[in-house]
Amino acid sequence: MNANGVNPEHDATRPGPAAQDGARRIVVVGYGMIGHRCAELLAERAAAASPATAPVRITVLGEEPHEAYDRVHLGALFDGKSAEDLTYAAPPGVELRLGDPATAIDRQRKTVTTASGAEFGYDELVLATGSYPFVPPVPGHNATGAFVYRTIDDVEAIKRFAAGRKVGAVVGGGLLGLEAAGALKAMGLETHVIEFGPRLMGVQVDEGGGQALLSRIDALGVSVHTSTRTEAVEIGEDGAVYALVLAKGEDLSALPVDLVVFAAGVRARDQLGRDAGLACGERGGIRVDELCRTDDPAVYAIGECAQTVDGRVYGLVAPGYAMAETVADHLLGSDPAPFHGADLSTTLKLLGVEVASFGDAFGATPGALTALYSDSTAGLYKKLVIGEDGRLLGGILVGDASAYATLRPLAGTDSPLPATPEQLLLPASLGSAPSLGPDALPDSATVCSCHNVTKGSINAAIHEQGCADVAALKTCTKAGTGCGSCVPLLGQLLSAAGVQTSKALCRHFEQSRAELYEVVLVTGIDTFARLLAQHGTGEPDGCEVCKPAVASILASLGGTLGSGKRGSGRHILAGEQAALQDTNDHFLANLQRNGSYSVVPRIPGGEITPEKLIVIGEVARDFGLYTKITGGQRIDLFGARVEQLPLIWRRLVDAGFESGHAYGKALRTVKSCVGSEWCRYGVQESVKMAIELELRYRGLRSPHKLKAAVSGCARECAEAQSKDFGVIATEAGWNLYVGGNGGFRPRHADLFAKDLSSEELIRTIDRFLMFYIRTADRLERTAAWIERMEGGLDHLKAVILEDSLGLCAGLDRVMAEHVANYADEWRSAIEDPETLRRFVSFVNAPGTPDPEIKFEVERGQIKPLLTIGPPPQAGDGAGESGADRGGAHARGGDRPAGSEDERLVPAEVGA
Amino acid sequence: MSVTASKQRVWTAVCRYCELTPGRGVAALVDGVQIALFRTTAGELYAIGNRDPYSGAFVISRGVTGSRDGVPTVASPMYKHVFDLRSGTCLDDPTVALPVYPVRRYRGLVWVQR
Ligand SMILES: Cc1cc2nc3c(=O)[nH]c(=O)nc-3n(C[C@H](O)[C@H](O)[C@H](O)COP(=O)(O)OP(=O)(O)OC[C@H]3O[C@@H](n4cnc5c(N)ncnc54)[C@H](O)[C@@H]3O)c2cc1C
Ligand code: SF4
Ligand code: FES
Repeated sequence: MNANGVNPEHDATRPGPAAQDGARRIVVVGYGMIGHRCAELLAERAAAASPATAPVRITVLGEEPHEAYDRVHLGALFDGKSAEDLTYAAPPGVELRLGDPATAIDRQRKTVTTASGAEFGYDELVLATGSYPFVPPVPGHNATGAFVYRTIDDVEAIKRFAAGRKVGAVVGGGLLGLEAAGALKAMGLETHVIEFGPRLMGVQVDEGGGQALLSRIDALGVSVHTSTRTEAVEIGEDGAVYALVLAKGEDLSALPVDLVVFAAGVRARDQLGRDAGLACGERGGIRVDELCRTDDPAVYAIGECAQTVDGRVYGLVAPGYAMAETVADHLLGSDPAPFHGADLSTTLKLLGVEVASFGDAFGATPGALTALYSDSTAGLYKKLVIGEDGRLLGGILVGDASAYATLRPLAGTDSPLPATPEQLLLPASLGSAPSLGPDALPDSATVCSCHNVTKGSINAAIHEQGCADVAALKTCTKAGTGCGSCVPLLGQLLSAAGVQTSKALCRHFEQSRAELYEVVLVTGIDTFARLLAQHGTGEPDGCEVCKPAVASILASLGGTLGSGKRGSGRHILAGEQAALQDTNDHFLANLQRNGSYSVVPRIPGGEITPEKLIVIGEVARDFGLYTKITGGQRIDLFGARVEQLPLIWRRLVDAGFESGHAYGKALRTVKSCVGSEWCRYGVQESVKMAIELELRYRGLRSPHKLKAAVSGCARECAEAQSKDFGVIATEAGWNLYVGGNGGFRPRHADLFAKDLSSEELIRTIDRFLMFYIRTADRLERTAAWIERMEGGLDHLKAVILEDSLGLCAGLDRVMAEHVANYADEWRSAIEDPETLRRFVSFVNAPGTPDPEIKFEVERGQIKPLLTIGPPPQAGDGAGESGADRGGAHARGGDRPAGSEDERLVPAEVGA
Repeated sequence: MSVTASKQRVWTAVCRYCELTPGRGVAALVDGVQIALFRTTAGELYAIGNRDPYSGAFVISRGVTGSRDGVPTVASPMYKHVFDLRSGTCLDDPTVALPVYPVRRYRGLVWVQR
């Protein structure tokens, strides 16, 4: 801390054994995950120290130009997160010097020199220089288009290069390689993984686990080449990567690729230490003792650049954090916990494929037993290693690692297993679901191994410090801020304590709507049942929240899903989908308070011929419907019973109308003013544009309803700035506004882009809508979505106008599929006898109208007559039905003959 | 119109089992009483009252089915109250329950008793 007010830049650069002001100078080299953590801990300890001790000045020298960030979640940068989202807050009072690497250490004079020539004196020096990606020295390895994957700058370079390219390969099938493959996949590239060894993630999983992982990864559409050596990178005429030369045994082959990422392992960055004469391991890493001291007692090494007393170099955050803790306590605290080595537990989640490996995963302990569950078709593999005494030693979980959070803390402890091994292994759908809740854990169990936080401390934070959500627990205890694998358990501990928070869609899915969209997009799963079975929480069935939400996702991706069904533009009531829809979508009409429905035909742009207007009038009159003009420039017909709906649609469809999708979470209307064709102020043809937009986006299923408008000039008669997307004509073209909202919480739309041509306008709206559909939460209007978005409108502009995430080609493709596959849902329904069968009030009396739907007359039209009272008791005989049962017979060919025989007692089933 | 013992509880066939969409319901009118009949995705049959007590509308049969802690449920389409299909109890408000009717599948038909 430089609480003494001395300009540290001045003082710290002065070489020599002690600062003039007597401050103790600690210099940390490397501002990665571990350097940051160490600086943070040192700052905390220094702040807590008694005022009597000498002031401490902490200086951090970092090579990367960025503030420290969460490297583990680098992949999130491909999922819409920004670099700022991953960045850690700088510890208070610590002097940072970024973008200027240390180049030399003078241990005699106790100084560090940086690339820019600055010199820093130290009393203690901590090296946290991490590691660098190992690139096999194959010919062509440094071609344009060959990358490594370690830093924000790497990600940015990959993104820039990948835009518009098609095929990518990752060399290396370990944890990092699969992370990189996930990133390529997220950018929409055809993705290959080349692994020299016989299986993926060979360090973490055994052969069976590798098999299951392979089938999962394969199902994601990533091509895996195991036991394959990368011989060379072929360079094309433009100097960029052109193909990979691969060898499998004796066979050579060439794989054409546009881009290659090397993820073939890392090497400790120990050069600085080596040059200064510090002892290093043979395979790299600055040698340290159990207090993380190098052979110079004033110099420490932690994280991936250190070789610890057990002779290992740890490539994971948790051991690094433990080392940072040891050093901070040794320097400024008390009782440092010596670092003897650490557990290599890891968990990876690559777009829904979970892999976890913990404790003695390979069963190396003498006498260890193995309990195994494996289902290679489902890509499930679960193995528990159990000691002779019945205690859990470790395990491997592939395909479903939900048990990891609870099992890992138990591994290697004295706590007994919370259930029998079979119960722990069997999928919830097969066995009785074991109670794997946090209750199974003792208070002393480590919940977060990255930050060594026990269940007891989490509960204390919840109960004593009032942490009410995961975010608060993260700030308060640090748990969950490392690899993130313990976050589900944090959520469970919160719910167990009666505090419930989660972005989970509902109890059936832990994922948010946007995450489920990604899962569907990537896996191509095209039924709710499979999604629930493979990605759900284990409940046998969904609910009124997840079913319609998934139906909507399936509908918006409809044209692109499922092998045989590609491009078939499936009807939202086809097959399983029928069961998922909310009542409005199920009956293609809007449920009203008395159980009747309203019908809204589409009137694009609000333009209608007198003939069509007359048809609407006639339909309303003939069916006795209440008629009202809506705010969206169309006409709503109320009071239809289910069995009337197809008859009404038939009349409307015959007259050239189609569904207006008033019932769906979909585009409602594109409202318009009369525009330049008639209006003397108009500068563009707003009606024409509104019709074009409405026809383009009709039927598009989205997280919530979508409203739009087009005004013919800046006078804004169509109120475009209160819509999800609004277009206002300018002399030069069109201005686009997004994120407006009337309704409950009104919001003015933001100006998104100016003076667009008609094509630019449509392309921009296409991408805006598809990005919204892809990333918004359930029932989140565009206004709330933009407000919640990290980086807000600027981020949105970058994604859509500059293609910063490389998503646009994919967004365009899904929209093109939507436009090509649109079909009128009313017409499809009335033309399909199977669907039509559902439109009856009573399954056993199809001709009988619901006697409970009654109306009275007001202002010359009908209005619901509501009967709120106790439900009719059995035997009340509220309606006469016998006469109509014959109708049911007509359809039910194999019923017992004779209508009176319907009432009998089936002998076998008994009463 | 009734056959033998009118006091005896009788089973009425209302439709063919295969006509029911898995995961959805239909309404049946049995002796003037509206019954909501469901075939869950697991294939089980349930019959409960069709009247949503919160709106007075006869719409329960048009709700979305599901499960909550393994309990089969239906959510009323009106204000989304969730009911236990086995007991008719409203899971969001246990003081409210819908009537429940015995239901069986026999010879390909669905029979309801009341
Ligand atoms: C994509 C990816 C996914 C990962 N996933 C996981 C995971 O799921 N779980 C897990 O436990 N681990 C994971 N890891 C590993 C984890 O990120 C590392 O273990 C951790 O970052 C190591 O921290 P460190 O501070 O030792 O090294 P780094 O984070 O590499 O930081 C070292 C820093 O020092 C700087 N530096 C180097 N030399 C100098 C110098 N001479 N002067 C100044 N600065 C210098 C470097 O530029 C760098 O910024 C993952 C890594 C990657 C890349
Ligand atoms: S917005 Fe402009 S063009 Fe449209 S009606 Fe109003 S004044 Fe006329
Ligand atoms: S276990 Fe890694 S963040 Fe908690």
